[in-house]
Amino acid sequence: MSEILLQIDGREVKAKKGMTILEAAQSAGIFIPTLCHHEQLEPYGACRICTVEAELGGRTNLVAACIYPVEPNLVVRTRSEKVDKTRKILLEQFLAHAPDAPALQDLAQEYGADKDRFEKESSFCILCGLCVRYCAEVKKKNAVGFVERGARREISFVPEIASKECWNCKECFPLCPTSYLQAAYHLTEALAFPSPSFESASGE
Amino acid sequence: MPRINSPAELEAFRKDIISKRDRNKPCIAVCTGTGCLALGAANVVTALKKEIKKQRLGTKVDLRETGCPGFCERGPLLVIYPEEICYLQVQPGDAEEIISQTIVAKKVIDRLLYVVPSTKSDEKIVRESEIPFYKNQLRNLIGNNIKLDPKSIDDYLAVGGYAALAKALCQETPEHVVDLVKSSKLRGRGGAGFPAGMKWEFARKSPNKTKYVIVNADEGDPGAFMDRALLEGNPHSVLEGLTIGAYAIGAHEGYIYVRQEYPLAVENAGIAIKQAEKYGFLGENILGSGFDFTITMHQGAGAFVCGEETALLSSLEGKPGEPRPRPPYPAVKGLWGKPTNINNVETWANIPLIINNGADFLTSIGTEGSKGTKIFSLVGKVNNTGLVEVPMGITLRDIIYKVGGGIPEGKKFKAVQTGGPSGGCIPEEHLDIKVDFDELAKVGAIMGSGGMIVMDEDTCMVDVAKYFLDFLSDESCGKCSPCREGIRQMLKILTNISEGRGREGDIELLEELSEATGDASLCALGRTAPNPVLSTIRYFRDEYEAHIKEKRCPAYVCKELISYYIDPDKCKACMICLRKCPAEAIIGGKNKIHVIDQGKCTKCGTCFEVCPDRFGAVTRLSGEPVPPSIPEEKRIIAKKSKKK
Repeated sequence: MSEILLQIDGREVKAKKGMTILEAAQSAGIFIPTLCHHEQLEPYGACRICTVEAELGGRTNLVAACIYPVEPNLVVRTRSEKVDKTRKILLEQFLAHAPDAPALQDLAQEYGADKDRFEKESSFCILCGLCVRYCAEVKKKNAVGFVERGARREISFVPEIASKECWNCKECFPLCPTSYLQAAYHLTEALAFPSPSFESASGE
Repeated sequence: MPRINSPAELEAFRKDIISKRDRNKPCIAVCTGTGCLALGAANVVTALKKEIKKQRLGTKVDLRETGCPGFCERGPLLVIYPEEICYLQVQPGDAEEIISQTIVAKKVIDRLLYVVPSTKSDEKIVRESEIPFYKNQLRNLIGNNIKLDPKSIDDYLAVGGYAALAKALCQETPEHVVDLVKSSKLRGRGGAGFPAGMKWEFARKSPNKTKYVIVNADEGDPGAFMDRALLEGNPHSVLEGLTIGAYAIGAHEGYIYVRQEYPLAVENAGIAIKQAEKYGFLGENILGSGFDFTITMHQGAGAFVCGEETALLSSLEGKPGEPRPRPPYPAVKGLWGKPTNINNVETWANIPLIINNGADFLTSIGTEGSKGTKIFSLVGKVNNTGLVEVPMGITLRDIIYKVGGGIPEGKKFKAVQTGGPSGGCIPEEHLDIKVDFDELAKVGAIMGSGGMIVMDEDTCMVDVAKYFLDFLSDESCGKCSPCREGIRQMLKILTNISEGRGREGDIELLEELSEATGDASLCALGRTAPNPVLSTIRYFRDEYEAHIKEKRCPAYVCKELISYYIDPDKCKACMICLRKCPAEAIIGGKNKIHVIDQGKCTKCGTCFEVCPDRFGAVTRLSGEPVPPSIPEEKRIIAKKSKKK
């Protein structure tokens, strides 16, 4: 594997070809915040909290560190006025969904995000996709997926699969940065499939 | 028809087709593009066929059903050759006269001709090319639409079709074809304007045995139909361009990704592929060159975001249409992970022209940074709506006034929106800028794929921004948060502003959200989504402020901010508005002054439109309260005594 030399926050960092900026930063002990990233899962690039400034050949862009591959002579700034401003407003938009989520509150403090800046949304879900991807990539069950697109996008359990697979798993629950996933699961459970205790109680 | 195995056989075959055609034989070319079909062109064709049969002229006149020549405003339209007589707004009832008068007696039917507006003498124009709408265009790409039946490969061959393919495959090396496209300075017509030749070179140099070329026909901008007209009107030109591109890049499989909402384009492109396969322009050993290439058509399910090239690839692979991060670019890792080159329909259609006529053909037209022609769908508040092809470098003013014939009903121009939901609104003060990728970007718009929406003084710019954001909030894939959440919040703020709940600081908040969405989104949809907001704020900030501070909509569009009011001093109690009001919100009677029940009024504006000009009693109010109704007893209009 050929080595790539890049600069992160003024430090020379050695990285392997194919690594992302996030991986290179982590290997050098430089912290970049993430929400939708998980080591066991394919990089996704959806929450954009890991947005950093990447400069190459005189051009600076905001890129998602978790999916952007390292390149020679890349200059990365993990904190800058622009980066912080972007993270702050993204957090404020997430907080409109899940104002009490601890993961968001910690970041909100760091970036001075106001949890009440935007009107509260009806759904707690910030669509990080951890549950969906974990179920698909690790468990290979696809019991939970995305439905709809744009502002109407949400996660939804597939009752036919969930009623068979979820009872003994629920490994996605602790991944959820808000409490939405559990709620969605219990709603599906209540609406779409009878609980085993109910079945046994009915004497069948 | 036997397979054509060499360029020589192609030329011999072409000669044979042309020799069998009599240039002087009358030919009626009727537009049967989607626009004219909607206006009843199919009935016109049936009536003409019936009339030709009835008058026993079956062998003396040809009838050709063609693609769209662009003047959709005046459809159904037809052109009679060889004289090039252009008839507009033709009805089935005109068929008898067209055949007996124009075809048989060689007389022009006056009433079907184009009338030059605003001339006292009612000057009429006979020839298509002399109509101002056409005269000011340069139709290198769509000019052939009226000259051929898109379902006939022979028609395409008769106008020189597939000569470029023969030349590229049998006389040029792939490298040279790439160089030619590079030196033509052709920039991608899908929106971003990336140099096509450079894109080809990246794909060509990507080491892999398997590569793909793709036609992006997922045209989704509201009001845009350039690619539809090309693909349904001249599908072989796109196939020919694609095959040449495949040869240059080293691909043996190609795809056309077309919206399933374009049934005629799907039908005609499908027929074209079959014909090209039969003639040997697709398949193995094309024209004896040793080059193999096949094309598969894929119908998209109607997601706007699938016009974004990486989302298109995901969709083509059978996955949800969500964009992928770039890098890696499709030229390196595209369809099924293989090097892929995706160009828009119009880009591909330019390729045969470049091969046939050389790179100069393109570079001789346009500005320093933008060469060749560009097709726009000119729509909205403009007299001549339709499809126009103009040289790059023409001013927006010339497109709107010379080609488009200006604004209807003597209204004032307000803005022109280019580039669809990714584009921006350009005001009067910038109408003299040139149509050029970089110039349009400088004023906050983009060239886009060619949608051009003209707006007049009755358009509210806050409402326009809201419309596009509403569109985008449905059409964003929803994967990345800056796009999904940013659009959600911007739409909420715009809705609040337009409904009278705008607050001090909203404009600044919109700008802040725009910045984050524009900078941090995954794909071009999100990165350009703020453009409609930013450009309207940039040029029409006063309208935003009027909505926020005075709760006033200057264009009288935002329903929550306007009221209709009948001036009791002017109302003649004529009953017209009272009868027409669909909400039955007007109280009054004969000789009794009419009053609008504001609680029932739906602000549809019917009363305002129907109140006779000589009374002018209905007025629109915005930003001010509605005056109290006059008391019941004062509403009676005393009858003037007729006896005296």
